[in-house]
Amino acid sequence: MAPRPCAVLGIGQTKYKRRRDDVTLDGLVREATLGAVEDAGASFDDIDAIVIGKAPDALEGVMMPLLSLCDALGAIGKPIHRVHTAGSVGASTAISAVNLVESGMYDTVLTVAYEKQSEGNATWALSGGKSGGQGAGGTFAPWIRNYIARSEAPEHIGWMVAVKDRLNALKNPYAHLHLPDISIEKVRESPMLWDPLHFLESCPSSDGAAAMVLGNDDIARKSGRPPAWVISHAKRTEFGQFPGRDTVRPQAGVECSEALYRKAGITNPREQIDCAELYVPFSWYEPMWLEGHLIAEEGEGWKMTDAGDTELGGSFPVNMSGGVLSSNPIGASGMIRCLEAANQVRGTAGEYQVPGAKISIGHAYGGAAQYYAMWMVSSELNPEL
Amino acid sequence: MKLAEDVAIVAFSQTPSYAQFNNSEPAMIMPCVNSVIEQAGIDRHDIDFTIAGSSDYLSGVPFTFVMNIDAVGAWPPVYESHVEMDGAWALFEGFVRLQSGDIDTVLVSGSGKCSPGSYREGFSLQTDPYVHAPIGLDPRTQAGLQAQALIAAGQATERDFAEVVARSHANAKNNPYAQLSGEPSVEELLAEPYVQQPLRRHDCPPTSDGAAAMIIARADKARELCDSPVWIRAIDHRIDSHHPTLRDLADSPSVRIAADRVGLHDGPVDIAELTVTYSPEEVVLRRALGLGAGTAVNPSGGPLTGSPFMAVGLTRVIELARAIRNGDGRRGVAHASSGPALQQNLLCVLEGDG
Repeated sequence: MAPRPCAVLGIGQTKYKRRRDDVTLDGLVREATLGAVEDAGASFDDIDAIVIGKAPDALEGVMMPLLSLCDALGAIGKPIHRVHTAGSVGASTAISAVNLVESGMYDTVLTVAYEKQSEGNATWALSGGKSGGQGAGGTFAPWIRNYIARSEAPEHIGWMVAVKDRLNALKNPYAHLHLPDISIEKVRESPMLWDPLHFLESCPSSDGAAAMVLGNDDIARKSGRPPAWVISHAKRTEFGQFPGRDTVRPQAGVECSEALYRKAGITNPREQIDCAELYVPFSWYEPMWLEGHLIAEEGEGWKMTDAGDTELGGSFPVNMSGGVLSSNPIGASGMIRCLEAANQVRGTAGEYQVPGAKISIGHAYGGAAQYYAMWMVSSELNPEL
Repeated sequence: MKLAEDVAIVAFSQTPSYAQFNNSEPAMIMPCVNSVIEQAGIDRHDIDFTIAGSSDYLSGVPFTFVMNIDAVGAWPPVYESHVEMDGAWALFEGFVRLQSGDIDTVLVSGSGKCSPGSYREGFSLQTDPYVHAPIGLDPRTQAGLQAQALIAAGQATERDFAEVVARSHANAKNNPYAQLSGEPSVEELLAEPYVQQPLRRHDCPPTSDGAAAMIIARADKARELCDSPVWIRAIDHRIDSHHPTLRDLADSPSVRIAADRVGLHDGPVDIAELTVTYSPEEVVLRRALGLGAGTAVNPSGGPLTGSPFMAVGLTRVIELARAIRNGDGRRGVAHASSGPALQQNLLCVLEGDG
């Protein structure tokens, strides 16, 4: 049997914020879930199964939280399971939900991802539960320096990404950071955190949740909502450390995108894909992923950024919503990339809509840049490439 | 349950239930993974998809599963995922993934080490963080409430619980993987002191470390890899409310729904391998599953004789598959559970070949 076609039919997001102390964990996931269910024109009765994802339980101090959140998610009497694949988890969770629909076993599936980082200490948790750890920025900075050395990119590339994503975020009411007076100078003058990453080149720590309702082709046709067909998805994992590992352009990332493009028949991603939501928690990861996911040739990614190609209005817009640099509830960040890609092809991206976007990708990575999850969505089930 | 693809277990392996495994979690998983690959007679690179179940909170380290991929191998890169749940839910996702028909083999594993931490303190963090966790409403306390509910409803006595324990320990004498076994009499058990009334020490599980792994495959591949595939006829899981006061603890609606969904009584149920973590749970499960005298319950001894959390549910599936392969029965059900007082339940119906 071929996989059953699957489409995104409803999208819900919370406002992302430093501290959502107006809601409990239950209230947070409920807010995004209600949004998605209403957007799909569905009710909780229509949901056949739920897939939930988040980053480590230690971020909030709740062990296996689906157990206490199931009431708020309308999951009583239903299947619900929890995915955890480090920073890539939001996208992995969405892909697991797609698997449920594609299997033919479930017609309509709700998928939810969240993080309430204000409940704990993210850098502690991301350092493997050790105090004084290097955190994510400390892990990635040496690899970024390596990228700069290899590609001979000028130092302003990182600053440009930091500005571009924050300007995009001004068009997104859900974004955490709204920095209307952001500028290259401000980024450059902000404190150095992990050389070459300045404070303003780093993602915030956010509270927030994201949700989607997915349905098979029958449900999609009946719903009357604009579908975002999930025409391809892929995941790849590699070890985080071993001699000879290319940490700048990890092989798992290359193979993940190869698998993604192959399944959709994409031969020239730069031309055939209209826009992308890439997981860019630190500015330099924009050019690194453009290359690492085969959108640009090696050494050429930063030139796309430099030329303004990745701006809203450019030839290959990246992170139209403002990206991880503007909102980062870790466990949800990958799902936000996926649903923002879906927003583009559904034509529901509001002020940051790429006109006529037909094919878009959502991407996330995690661990020591060793976990990859990507999906490709289209306004058509069988788009002409 | 209407399925697009027939799926079978072609290889399985489990560690003994260790009181304490004095090495890392990957070191515990690796022999299981190596064993199933060897049984299937394939190269590890021939596995299409890998999925694991584990919990950060057991080892006390965020990202436990990242280290665990050392046991599977991830170079060249692999197509892989992880659930923060018992390995039985990894099996669920692996089974679902095979239904799409575009891949053939899935490696499933589950692992957990309870020995480094305090089980009761750790698992109390599973409860609602605003109301329950601050008062330390740990799983044993909730199991005690469930036992009291059964007694109050006239559905069981303390003697019934002791009988579950006596039979489990006696059954475990034939199980080389069991941590506890013996032939205690019901009278001896009832003479033991309470640890939390009406529960006695033996009504509660031992602290265990352990791992389990299996390879499942679509029908054609399964026949190619294995002479005696054990077929997964159906799998389903359901959850009940988290709030004990919103539940009838003497019953399990989620088990009843799952039993209906998997068509449990569409055929004989020769064997039931149930995640009876606390002895009163067997009473609840037998009733909700509608099991009669013709069903052998926990011939392996079950979790009361060895309970490596995060592997224990997947181990039930393995124990059932082994029993079917050994000809002890033709069709049976394996049950996994998550959360306090059987809050979440998974059922998996297995059937022998031919």
